[in-house]
This record gives sequence, C-alpha cells and structure tokens, in this order.
Amino acid sequence: MKKINWLNYGFQLAAIVLALLFTTLVLLLAGAPPLQAYMNVLQGIFSSVDDITNVLAAWVPLLLATAGVLITFAAGLWNIGIEGQIMLGAVFTTGALRLLQNSSLSGGWILVIGFLAGLIGGAIWGALAGVLKTFGGVNEIFGGLGLNFVATAFALYLIIGPWGRPGIASTSGTLIFPTRLWLPTPLNIALSPWALGLGILAAVVVYFLLRGTYFGLRLKAVGKNVRAAFLLGVPTWQYSMYAFLLCGALAGLAGAVQVTAVYHRLIPTISSGYGFLGLLVAMLINYQAAWAAPIALFYAALNIGGIQLPIMMKMDSSLSGVLQGILVLFVLMVDGARQRLLEKR
Amino acid sequence: MNIELRHIHKHFGTVHANDDIVLNIPAGTIQGILGENGAGKSTLMKVLSGFIQADSGEILLDGKAVIIKSPADAIRYGIGMLHQDPLDFPPLSLLDNFLLGRAGGLFPDRKAAARNIHDLAAQFDFALDSEAYVDSLTVGERQQLEILRLLWLGARVLILDEPTTGISASQKDKLFETLRKLAKQGMTIIFVSHKLEDVEVLCHKVAVLTAGKLVGEASTPFNTKKLVEMMFGRQISLGARRSLKPGAKVLELHDLAVEDIRLHLANISIDVGAGEVIGVAGMEGSGQGPFIRACCGLIRPVSGKVIVNNRDLTARSYHDFMRNGVSFMPASRMEEGLVPGLTLTEHFVLAEESRGLFIDGDKGRKLAEERIKSFNVRGTPVSTVESLSGGNQQRALLALLRTPLSLILLEHPTRGLDIESTIYIWNKLKERCQQGTSILFISSDLEEILQYSDRVIVFFSGKVTPPFDASELTTEKLGELIGGVGWPGSVDEGKRL
Repeated sequence: MKKINWLNYGFQLAAIVLALLFTTLVLLLAGAPPLQAYMNVLQGIFSSVDDITNVLAAWVPLLLATAGVLITFAAGLWNIGIEGQIMLGAVFTTGALRLLQNSSLSGGWILVIGFLAGLIGGAIWGALAGVLKTFGGVNEIFGGLGLNFVATAFALYLIIGPWGRPGIASTSGTLIFPTRLWLPTPLNIALSPWALGLGILAAVVVYFLLRGTYFGLRLKAVGKNVRAAFLLGVPTWQYSMYAFLLCGALAGLAGAVQVTAVYHRLIPTISSGYGFLGLLVAMLINYQAAWAAPIALFYAALNIGGIQLPIMMKMDSSLSGVLQGILVLFVLMVDGARQRLLEKR
Repeated sequence: MNIELRHIHKHFGTVHANDDIVLNIPAGTIQGILGENGAGKSTLMKVLSGFIQADSGEILLDGKAVIIKSPADAIRYGIGMLHQDPLDFPPLSLLDNFLLGRAGGLFPDRKAAARNIHDLAAQFDFALDSEAYVDSLTVGERQQLEILRLLWLGARVLILDEPTTGISASQKDKLFETLRKLAKQGMTIIFVSHKLEDVEVLCHKVAVLTAGKLVGEASTPFNTKKLVEMMFGRQISLGARRSLKPGAKVLELHDLAVEDIRLHLANISIDVGAGEVIGVAGMEGSGQGPFIRACCGLIRPVSGKVIVNNRDLTARSYHDFMRNGVSFMPASRMEEGLVPGLTLTEHFVLAEESRGLFIDGDKGRKLAEERIKSFNVRGTPVSTVESLSGGNQQRALLALLRTPLSLILLEHPTRGLDIESTIYIWNKLKERCQQGTSILFISSDLEEILQYSDRVIVFFSGKVTPPFDASELTTEKLGELIGGVGWPGSVDEGKRL
C-alpha cells in the first residue's frame, strides 16, 4: 500500500517535470530564454508584499470557481457555463450597487446585498443551464457555452447602454463605484480579508459537503450512475439542479468579489477566465476537494507571475496559461499511463 | 483445428486467475469448460482469443506455437469468441456490424456481404434481416448474428462464453443444433458455462476449473454428481419446494395495459398475496420487462390500476412506490443497480433512509460490515462495487434492499450466477417471504421459475396467461407455454386473466 503511494507521487512528479520541459520547449521555439522567463514569473509572485497579496486576491475567485465546479463534477456535470455564471454574478452585484449607491443604507449593508445579488445572479444562470439539461435535453456543455456568450453580450449591452458612462460609448467598463462600496482593504494592500475569508470558507464548506454529507453522497451517486441512483431512491434530476444552483451561486460570489474587491465596476472581461481555470484546477486535483486550496493558489500565483513577462521581457503573459494547461494534460496523461502500467502487473 | 494449451498462467494482482492450465482440444470436438463464478474460465478464454496475454505458457494451433496479441490476431488464426454480452454495435445495422470487423477497402462490397449473411443464415435456419438494426434484436438473435459474423470472418474455432444465459429455450435448441453441425464440419467448439445440464447435453468432453486450476476432465457420458463435486468440492441439491399460504393482498393489478415500442400488453389482472412468489416466465422480450416496470412506476401504464397495500399508486413515480414498500432490482447490475466508483459502505448508506445532514461514518461502516457478513459478499466495506465479481455484486444488490418491504420486483435475479450463489440468494429472498414480503420475478430459467414460484404467469409475444399454480406445472409444460403452445382457451389480446 505504502509503496504504491510513493509510486503515485513519483508519477505525479514526472508529470510536473514533463510539463516544465514542454513549456521550456515552447519558450525555446518562441525564442525566449527559458530560465529568465521562469525567474521573472517567480519574481512576479514573490518579489514584494504587493505581489503576494495580488496572488491571494486572484486566489479568491479561483477558489470560489473551483469549489463550484467540484460540486457539478461530483454530479457528473461539465459546468462549462461557469464563466457566464461569474459574469451574471458580477452583473447582479453591479446592478444592486448601482440601485442602492444613492440610498441611505450604509456601505456595509449595500455590499452585503450586492453579494447576495451576485449569488442569486450566478445561481439563476446556473439553473438555466440545469433546466436546459434536465428538461430540454441540452447537454450542459453546449448549453453552458451558449449561455456564456449570452452573458457576455448582456454585460456588453449594459456597459455600453443603460449603465454606460455619461457621454461615452465605451466597452471599457461602467463608472467606478465610490470607495465606500469597495470591499474594505486594510493596510493599503490589494487584498480584502473579507473576500479571502469567503473564498476559504467556500472551499471548506464544499470539502465537507462532498465528503461527509448525505447530500454529497447522493450527488456522487447521481454523477456516477443516474439510473442506479434513481432506483436507490435519490431524486436524480433535483440533485442535478441543486448542483447547478450551488455551483452558480459560488460562481456568482466570485463575480461579486471581482466587482467589489478587484475592479470596482463592471467590465466585459470581469470573469477573467477564472471559471475555465477552475475547471482545470478541478481536473488537475482529480476532483479531490482537499487539494482545491493549494492548487488553486499555485495557479493564481502563475497567473500573477505571468504578468511580469510582458513588462520585463516583452513577451506575452500567456506563458502561465501554457504551463497551466500543459500541466493538466500531462497529469491526466501520466495518470492514464500509470493505470495501464499498474494494470499490466 | 487442434488446440493445445500448455501451462497457461495468468495473474491479476494477487489473484492467480489461471494456474498452470494444460488442455488439448482436438478438431471437431465440443469442449465444455465448467466452473463457478471466478474460477478462471473467462480468463482462459480471453487468453485464447487474444483479449489478454498470458503471463507464461504456450498456445499451439495444429501443433504450431502461436502468439495471439489481439482479438483481430485471433480471428486471423481462426479463433472467434462469442462474449457473454454480445460485442456488437446496437445503433448499426446487421450488415454494418458484419462489415466492421472485416479488413479491406474504403468501399466495402455491401451487396456481396448481404448475400453472404443471407446464405449463412439460411444454412443454419436463422431468421435475420441484414438491414435490421441490432438494437431491435433479442439477445439470442444477437448471438446468432455474432456466430454468423465469426464464421464469415473465417473462424475455425468458436468460443462461446455463457451463451445460454438470456436466450429462450427454442433459441437454445437452435444454438445447440448449430454447434453440433459446426463440430461435424470439423470446427472446434469451446463452450464455457456453469450450467451443468447444457454442458451434459451438448459437449463431447468437459474440463472443470476451480480457483484458477484445472481440477478434472471428463467425457461423455458424464456423471453429474462427479462434475458437481469437481466444481464445488461437494454436492449441492436445490432445496425442497415449499409453499406458503398467501396472506393479505399486497399488489393488485386491474386491467393493466402497458406499451413499449414493439408490444402492447393489455388487460393484465392479478392479485398478489403477502409472502407469495410469482414467477414471470416467457421468451426474452415478450413484454415481461415493461410489465414488471409498470408494477412499480418506472413505466406509466396506458390504462388500468396498480394498487399496493390498498393504495392506488397508478401513474405515481417509482419513489412513491418505494415509500409504500416496493423495491425493484434490475437485471443489469452495473448499469442500473449499483454505482461504479462508490464503495459498499457508501451504497448501504445511500440505500437507507437518511437522518440529518451528516453521515455517521462509524454507523455506516458497521452497517456495511454487518450486511457484508449476513449476505456473504466477498468484499470489504471500502471495496468499490466494480471490483466485486458478478455473484458478489448480485448479493450486494440484494443486501441493499430495505427492511421491511411489501413487494420486491426482480429481473433475472440469478442470471449468470453459479448454483451456490443462486441457492444463497433464494434463501435470502424466501426469508423475506416468510416475513410477509411478496416477490414478483422474471426469469428465463425454467427450473428457477418452477422451483421458487408459488404461481407462474407466462408471457408470449405480448400476451399473458392467467396465473398457474407452480405445483401443477412441469418443465415441459412451461417450456411449451413459453413457446406459445398449449395456451388455455383463446389467447387473443384482450383475454382476461
């Protein structure tokens, strides 16, 4: 048993080494000195307090998105629509803040309502994918993809149209909210402890939900064999819907964080790809919720570190994306190879 | 073709699935391979047909040593295997299924192939339409298709893995006739089964496997007692039939009508008393499946009433039936019954009614340990269900049934299981009956129907007989009824039970 474990770690290490080698190859093909590129990425992560807080600030929405897709993955669903769910969360939060910013409510209450609105917005968009899937027979991948486009278009419409800045027709974003509607960031850092707390809480809740509750077990049963789950008494379509609702709610919270703690306004790219990245993280950790936090942190760090590249080396920052994607591919591939090898024995 | 297996070894992890198997099969022989579940029969056949490779040992075909690397390789050597679950492509037509395995050309000669199918089918008196889609065929017909396909590909050795499970009596007769004919033509037939009677009737010689070892060989005439001893190391006989006085009505069907794509079943009326066992017999695909599913809300009846414990549950969902003490156990264990990837403990926890939000891990484990013990499942609480063998999966499925229950509906409860598992499972079911649970079960095994039912209903192409007292039926009589012979009165649709 022990021996097998070590062997597994060995395989995973091999996957990481292979991913690094492949990324190096990509760098060489692009004509960039690999070592310097990696150094720059590392510097981008660790060289200052600002960098570290930036990483943590990026970690929060990624953690929320990862926690969300862990739920849908458990139910056997590929919630590609999470990007749109983040977007709708951001739209709802922005809408709530705009509606209430001139009211007599205190900033704190407006923020609470804004987060609830974001949660609801994401959940609605998730439920829509769920309804399409369970009642319309539309595969959640296609439904989600379509809803992503609709969400982006909707946000663009709002940004240019009804919520546009006075006198300017620009897609760059809505007016920045007054600072009392910003999630408080003490010590002049870019990180809100409230957001950080929310992200960690979500990961912990999802971990326990999937691990030790009847809800989680039923969700897994539905994900692995719908027909058997139904015969065992699980209300199956309801559980698929719960999964979409919960994932959408968490994605909506990620959108709310993006609006209140990062951009302080609505921009068309507010989801920043954290939804897709969350899917990658979930695959990389083989859907084990316990690993969500550390690996999401690593991916957030790569995201932030990559920003250094265009500044320092006039390279595109997508190197991090290459490494992130390659890592998942190699881990999946090596895992497949491992299973084949162990089976052969 | 003469086949020689020399010192075949195969390990799966710590399991020695084939332990030094030595076996010679001359051309023109029908060789039976007997053994209970997990004895290593399938492994040996997979080695011979190239699905897996032996760890060591040699295969000689007509005296020449060969290395068979894949099923495609095997068929090039003339070895074709018919799997227990037909390996065909249900959404494709028969003709496409034929052409798929055939090497050659971007544009296959469909006309010639269709002609070949037709000729071959005629030769063995199979009624197969080359343009029909495979998913419209019964298991028996799919088997016929597979035999033709293998012959067409030039097989000179046919391996059949449990070919008589899931097919009707008349299809079985036809299969045996075909196999005998093929053997006469010099083909080598390997017939893998745990059904003694089939092997005795058909085979020229028999090899018995137990726990991976070849424990004995015999040739005709066979001594049944000795074969059973070799298989199980002791003698087993089916328990004596005993009937129970049925109690209060548990299930009432009034003029039930059920439809599926091919069949229309009408006017089924029957009362099932507490503790009663109703056997549902008939050729596969005669409407038993839709019928039993309509009895528990999995299929909505077209008309009529389903009443459970005096409550009208017509057109209610399966979960409503569950709440009223009805449980359904499907035939396809891994597709419908169990959740691959979940452990036994997780299954037991899932099947019980939940209390609160959090699962009590200790309680779950205790429950699992207790059930595993009392149902004799060879596995641990943390074993995933797919790691269990078929018989153990079936026992696990049985262990998942809640207590108490008013009615259990079963599809082929012992299909593919050895005698020991069958007896075990029926003992468990009969225990339930004594507590007042009624049972309705579908089976294509006549012995099983007669052995365990109190009353029997027979389906024949969408028609249903009134219930017979099982003690009044014999195997011959039941076989006839299943084949549509000797039906009481007129058996037109609309006949009341």
